[in-house]
Amino acid sequence: MGEISEFSFSVRLFVKTYKWRRIDPTPWTSVSKPLSESRVAVVSSAGFVLPDQEPFDQKMKGGDPSYRLIPADTDVATLIDAHRSESFDHTGMDQDPNLVFPLDRMREMVESGRIGELAPRHPSMMGSITAPGRMIKQTAPQAASDLVEDQVDVALLIPV
Amino acid sequence: MGLIAAEIERQGIPTVAIQLLRVVAEKVGPPRSMFVPFKHGYPLGEPDNPELQHKVIEAALALLENPDLGPRAIVDLNP
Repeated sequence: MGEISEFSFSVRLFVKTYKWRRIDPTPWTSVSKPLSESRVAVVSSAGFVLPDQEPFDQKMKGGDPSYRLIPADTDVATLIDAHRSESFDHTGMDQDPNLVFPLDRMREMVESGRIGELAPRHPSMMGSITAPGRMIKQTAPQAASDLVEDQVDVALLIPV
Repeated sequence: MGLIAAEIERQGIPTVAIQLLRVVAEKVGPPRSMFVPFKHGYPLGEPDNPELQHKVIEAALALLENPDLGPRAIVDLNP
């Protein structure tokens, strides 16, 4: 249950010995308006792509750090699981993509008035990037500036 | 996801990141983390369980509204 013990020995060893990048200083931005008036974006590392999008490169050393933008009106049933990692169980997200990319849940929250609206585009990337250099230098700033361009008010990040 | 969250936050958008490994959240230290007691691949709990998925999302969004939190905040979900 979200514990290191669920992994194989090699993955456990990795989690323990990998040099995780520490964010320093950690930035902080306060919300500027109620969530009921906010535009919300989902950022997921489940590795989903749309049928007409380039799948993630399964062989790139260190992991493919690129990202795709998923439009807000996407039917989650059309999302394709392009995540290469075998260190986690894909069954749940393949059965119900909302488990990791909850566009239906977010639409329900717009309907209930809990959040204002959905952002027009939602970044989808692949987790398990063991060589994060390009992700830090390119993917993260680009995806963030896409959200700025879309005038997103808050972002919800969902890993797998 | 923590590194992505930090960059988004740096560009002026508040973020909250769901976390499946507490130890990684502690080491990386994004602005707001909500640790969930679920296994990898199941960040919102269970497939086809909209009620639980809503509960997790709601709990995460609540971090954005909590005026008592500051950088590297980690809150545990009580499902």
